[in-house]
Amino acid sequence: MIKTVEGARVLAEAAVACRLDVVACYPITPTTHLTEELNQFYADGRIPEYLTVEAEFSAISALIGASAAGARTFTTTGGQGLLYMHEPLFSAAGMRLPIVMLVGNRAVSSPLNIWNDEQDTISQRDTGWIQIYCRNNQEAVDSIPQAFYVAEKILLPVMVCVDGHYLTHAVEQVDVPDEKLVQGFLPPYKYPLKLDPQNPVSLGVYANPTHYQTFREDVVADMEAAKEILVEAGKKWGKLTGREYGLINAYKVKDADRVLLSVGSVMDNVVMVVDELREKGEKVGALHLRVLRPFPREEIAKALEGKKVGVIDRDLSIGAQAPIYLEIAEALNGKGAQVSSFYGGLGGRGVKRVHIRELFEKLRKGPVKQWITTEPPKAAMKG
Amino acid sequence: MDNNRAAQSGDERIGMWDGMSKQSEMHLFAPGHSGCPGCGPSNVLIQVCDTLGKDIVVVQATGCMEITSTQYPQTAWRVPYIHSLFQNAPAVASGVSRALKAQGNDHTKVVVIAGDGSTYDIGFGALSGMLERGDDVLYVCYDNQLYANTGVQKSGATPYGAATTTTTVGSVHRGKETERKPIAEIVAAHGIAYVASASVAYSADLQNKVRKANAVKGPSFLVVDSPCCLGQGFDGGITMKVAKLNVMSRLWFLYEIENGKFKLNFNPANPKPLQEVLGLQKRFRHLSPGQIEHIQKQADASYNALLEKAGLLESQKSFSSPEKPLNTPK
Repeated sequence: MIKTVEGARVLAEAAVACRLDVVACYPITPTTHLTEELNQFYADGRIPEYLTVEAEFSAISALIGASAAGARTFTTTGGQGLLYMHEPLFSAAGMRLPIVMLVGNRAVSSPLNIWNDEQDTISQRDTGWIQIYCRNNQEAVDSIPQAFYVAEKILLPVMVCVDGHYLTHAVEQVDVPDEKLVQGFLPPYKYPLKLDPQNPVSLGVYANPTHYQTFREDVVADMEAAKEILVEAGKKWGKLTGREYGLINAYKVKDADRVLLSVGSVMDNVVMVVDELREKGEKVGALHLRVLRPFPREEIAKALEGKKVGVIDRDLSIGAQAPIYLEIAEALNGKGAQVSSFYGGLGGRGVKRVHIRELFEKLRKGPVKQWITTEPPKAAMKG
Repeated sequence: MDNNRAAQSGDERIGMWDGMSKQSEMHLFAPGHSGCPGCGPSNVLIQVCDTLGKDIVVVQATGCMEITSTQYPQTAWRVPYIHSLFQNAPAVASGVSRALKAQGNDHTKVVVIAGDGSTYDIGFGALSGMLERGDDVLYVCYDNQLYANTGVQKSGATPYGAATTTTTVGSVHRGKETERKPIAEIVAAHGIAYVASASVAYSADLQNKVRKANAVKGPSFLVVDSPCCLGQGFDGGITMKVAKLNVMSRLWFLYEIENGKFKLNFNPANPKPLQEVLGLQKRFRHLSPGQIEHIQKQADASYNALLEKAGLLESQKSFSSPEKPLNTPK
């Protein structure tokens, strides 16, 4: 059903269509509205249990318990909230709990900033969570049922990442799948080793050097195996809705000599500029890295071999190269590609079409590593 | 019940429960874990689990009792068990409780088992949140008054004067310089139905309190004095003696706060001299007469306050400290 409402509303509807058992939320900009919408669904009896926790740390911790006890669980946060979850994120993944979380990407302190960049989720990329990035709310709505599908099949938690404000607060047309369609797609949740007095198991145990690494090896192997399930989920979803998804989304990349790559909503801007420049006869393309974990190394190498590639990082690894750039550069090592790094658009500064045109120009020359822009937006300067 | 002996014997693996001896079949917290001989907390766990029975889910915080009971591929738990982190057990328990509810299970009790470091300090916020939400969880704090797992550091439960590796004794500072948190009162201030303070050495009282807490729908809280032979510095053979003397010397009290109403379960009207129990523990052997006097004053004040809260002050007007002057324990 096509709806034209705020992002938070349709994201909540997509989550509820998955028949959630337990939700635990702590309000934080930019996902506060989603927290509120989910609570309204609880008030209306469509979510059986909703915990109003005292911190994000407890939100994710409560879901660790609920998921282990056999419930389908969901939460939402962003920015500082996600950072506050950092320790339990590792625990949830290590315990193989298929929790799904919607992250509204937000810059992190200091300075305090509630606006968008991807520093929060990029900083969680080593936790063992699958990470799906969305260009728009349609992708986000479609990705939530897929996230449960993948999480429950491979037993790893999934973050669905949408840009805070740009998407969470955007009012745009979205086709929201109804519960019946989602139920046809998503099998009922059955955790194989749930907490059950009839069959007592010990979860989250202590492992010595003899065993610890073996657990980690299992997670690594299954994260790799998740690629296939992500593709399977994307195809299956495509059959039901006409909107198919993969690990990457290549737009006019095949014959392009220059390609810009990134995660999130900035890619919709890149696509617009690609269309604009293509009309002028320029061979440019856009590649959306939909799934950052597991990292689709082979797919990227295949798509971008021999091309001039610019990676837009709206996140940093201070003291080193930009994180996504580094991974792309490694994937394209020895593939005849020339990889540039553009970083910036932080804390809501945004990457506009005017910047993207410049970046495509810069790609013509040798590989560069530079800020996207160091100039503040004019409106902000009025003070 | 020969619990201490049980806690030292055997070695078992997951899935090998069927062929176990009768004695080990007795306990839901099984023998074979790697706790110290004479460990107070492990005895609390045996008493709590055996009293509650099999229809429980245990949520444990990181700590001594966690690492000694779940070293993969072994487990000492014959009930469903989950551990996640040091500071999130109350939140995990909330989640388990809600998940059971969502699945129509209204009988299985969720039980948190956590030490004082987790309860008084790092997990305090999560505990407060769980209490405020009213989740159906029985919280048991085994209180050994220190961080034992990391090697005897000060916690919010460490008493005044005690030496730990972070309240050391030197020429300027001589042990902990502040008081313990009154955790039972703090928890009771959340307005929950049942809070109790118990001791590992008073089994009937402890088990009675476990049963009462189990009957509550909503949060209930037990704090149990569980002396740590290693951390407090006494021989593992006298754990129960130390725990008993704590009660007899007014250093630990057996009481309940039921719907806000205080009840003293045992009244140490004629207390033992402090030096008897302090003198058994290495952590107190540096105490000056002035420090002991301070501990005595605090013990008497706590007793007095408790009598007043329990409405016993009128009926027992005279209480007294031991008349003999106190010497520094050896």
